[in-house]
Amino acid sequence: MAPHRKNRTGRRSPVVSAMLLLVGLLATGGSYALFTASASAETTAHVDNLIDEGQKLFQANCASCHGLAAQGTDAGPNLHGVGAAAVDFQVATGRMPMAASGPQAEEKPPQFTEEQVAALAAYVASLAPGPGIPDESLLTGNGDVTNGAELFRINCAMCHNVAGAGGALTEGKFAPDLKGVEPAHIYEAMVTGPQNMPVFNDLNLTPEDKADIISYLMFIDDKSNSPGIIDLGGLGPVSEGLFVWIFALGSIVGITVWLTAKSN
Amino acid sequence: MADKGSAGHDVATREAPTPGTGTAVMASDRVENPGFPPHRPRVSDIDPVKERQNERRVAWLFWASIVGSVFAIVAYIVFPIVPGDMESVRYNTLFLGLGIALGMLGIGFGAVHWSKALMDGHDIPESRHSTRGSEETRDKAIEAFHLGNKESGFTRRKLIRNSLIGALVVTPLPAVVLFRDLAPAGDPVARLKHTLWDEGVRLTRDPDGRPIKASDVTLGSVFHVIPDGLAEMHEGKLEEKAKAAVLLMRLDPKDLQVSEGREDWNYHGIVAYSKICTHVGCPVALYEQQTHHLLCPCHQSQFDITREAEVIFGPAKRPLPQLPITVDAEGYLVARSDFHEPVGPSFWERSL
Repeated sequence: MAPHRKNRTGRRSPVVSAMLLLVGLLATGGSYALFTASASAETTAHVDNLIDEGQKLFQANCASCHGLAAQGTDAGPNLHGVGAAAVDFQVATGRMPMAASGPQAEEKPPQFTEEQVAALAAYVASLAPGPGIPDESLLTGNGDVTNGAELFRINCAMCHNVAGAGGALTEGKFAPDLKGVEPAHIYEAMVTGPQNMPVFNDLNLTPEDKADIISYLMFIDDKSNSPGIIDLGGLGPVSEGLFVWIFALGSIVGITVWLTAKSN
Repeated sequence: MADKGSAGHDVATREAPTPGTGTAVMASDRVENPGFPPHRPRVSDIDPVKERQNERRVAWLFWASIVGSVFAIVAYIVFPIVPGDMESVRYNTLFLGLGIALGMLGIGFGAVHWSKALMDGHDIPESRHSTRGSEETRDKAIEAFHLGNKESGFTRRKLIRNSLIGALVVTPLPAVVLFRDLAPAGDPVARLKHTLWDEGVRLTRDPDGRPIKASDVTLGSVFHVIPDGLAEMHEGKLEEKAKAAVLLMRLDPKDLQVSEGREDWNYHGIVAYSKICTHVGCPVALYEQQTHHLLCPCHQSQFDITREAEVIFGPAKRPLPQLPITVDAEGYLVARSDFHEPVGPSFWERSL
């Protein structure tokens, strides 16, 4: 009976087909992953390769505005001396490449992988000396929060708001919200002064001062530090006053109506 | 004072005013007082089940009040304030407040619900009292005045009366002198016109007072600056800071349009401007390093740093005063002089 049935169909069972398909997919996907992994391992192993890789990426994605040798054109500035910090800030936050011309480059999902950003940064840093990517030890948030808060109020709060909520500037420009921004990007923005933000170099705010400011921002980001449970955005008297205006006055009005209404 | 009685007497004899027959318009379509709407019994007046329900509700509200008050006491003991621990303050105040709120609101809501649902529900008109006293009361008051005057001799004993008036006039004078002394000592104009800046005073960082070398100020940098010595001041520090605060920026010298007489006020493109807005004195510190515009956050005045802080938008009327700067022998930035005009908003005695 069994051999007869086999001859009759002349086909593999559907289960075997599915198994074969799975093996084929795993083989191609696995080998591709293996190949790309070994390729990126090679690039990180050799800085020269990283710079070459970055140059290729730069020429393919950035050169139309910044020029083939990053010398700058009418459409984009010269990048000699901006350093790895500027590239990491602009590209890893998605500000570069710009989606469209506007008052300022806005944050969007990054267009490159971390390895590609590192390659671009290595390339631009190789053109001329400039600020580098900050050391991890400055980004831990273990600095002096009190000092950081004072420095933030003096140097940053007028544009970014005392709670780091951001604010408007002139002609469509704005200082962005600092909540949830990577500490490295905050540090890089201070060092490089992206777009209309002024530069706060290490002689103005020392690396420790910058670490303190980052600590302050991480402290106010942490919701558990709000003693009132709901921090209402931490914006101070405006949002808190509005909350009281609506809910406290609203309930007083409601109680007054109830007091004078006749019972059923 | 003596004629007060006769004035009262005049009023007392006057009749209540009656409408004249002149050109006054009499409203012919005056709205008639519709009186009370017909009495509608409440559910608790009709239905004994509802009545008992409302009775229980009132009692429950009073019970809730008792629970809240007891909870407040328990919370105060269970969540004590530990010195130095903000978290403990939070729970202590939160639960204490909730308990006391429930304790008081329970009584309040219970009492109101009691009166609305169960107490007698008929409307009662209650007329206002007439404000005018009876003739008898008024005569009595006038008599009391006359008697008082006669017994004290207030109008007769002019020496006593006049010396009392004199004493009353002089009593508030110490207060006038005291309050006048709260104003700044010395000439306010001179104090508003001069700041801590002077020839050779170093520019230092806010808040720690470290001096600034010209080489520290890289292109596109902005420094928030106070005069040397201000950080160590104890008396009047904020008053001096409010006048002397300065914003320091470095621009490409090619971008600066320098007017005659100010050629040596900047140092290789490093410029210092008063941070106090000439409109109403807010700190102007929103500097855009590409456009070189300074924005005041309060009323959106904009100043163009390339054109000596000229006003390009907003309610400010004058450019920000520029602080003339140079470097000393050690390379630190120093002021050449004080500001050449008063900083901040206008005041009466300002000459420009």
